[in-house]
Amino acid sequence: MSDVKKFMYVNRKAPYGTIYAWEALEVVLIGAAFEQDVSLAFVDDGVFQLVKGQDTTELGIKNFSPTYSALGDYDVNKIYVEKESLDARGLTIDDLMPLTYEDEDDDWAEKDSIRVVTAAEMAEILEQQDVVLSF
Amino acid sequence: MPIEVEGKTIETDEEGYLANLNDWTPAVAEAMAKEDGTELTDAHWEVINFLREYYDEYQIAPAVRVLTKAIGKKLGKEKGNSKYLYELFPYGPGKQACKYAGLPKPTGCV
Repeated sequence: MSDVKKFMYVNRKAPYGTIYAWEALEVVLIGAAFEQDVSLAFVDDGVFQLVKGQDTTELGIKNFSPTYSALGDYDVNKIYVEKESLDARGLTIDDLMPLTYEDEDDDWAEKDSIRVVTAAEMAEILEQQDVVLSF
Repeated sequence: MPIEVEGKTIETDEEGYLANLNDWTPAVAEAMAKEDGTELTDAHWEVINFLREYYDEYQIAPAVRVLTKAIGKKLGKEKGNSKYLYELFPYGPGKQACKYAGLPKPTGCV
């Protein structure tokens, strides 16, 4: 494998009504093995995927929200959340699970993976990608 | 292909992974290992228990790269390398250890 490409996975849907969120997460975890430059975007109802305290008992579906905390282990540590999408749903970063990674270049210091960005900033980030996959 | 453990029949998929993760007991791991001709030592159990804890926390079986790194951090550098893990689990630490631990096949493992 020669050149590293910038991969962005865009998550736009709420976690359990459809299979998109879980499928996206699986693709991200599989793709992480290929050592590309991976980032995730959460926009629209996709921001609900990161909300803390998810409980799927009544749905009879596996609660896969703990898996987002493993992303740091997979060297996926650029997680962009759109501010406007949070605002429109009455959410703030405090409503989201704290996702962290350990920075190898900084004596394994624990750092936050989530960055809240505006729609304009998100557009710029998307512009810089080589590959954008939308779920 | 179902396996017999302590007089109970336990369902597995075509590759030998548990059909129902709740069926797992240490005896299940022993039985699966015996079928592969492996004797489980404390060193094996260390990895199996680690995988069960990882699954409990994150709801996934970790990729082998992630497993190796995490084992190194938890159990010491001399254990956090492919050589050590492949000696314990020659069929692949991801596949074989996850199977004994009663987890699904690691995501992305073919």
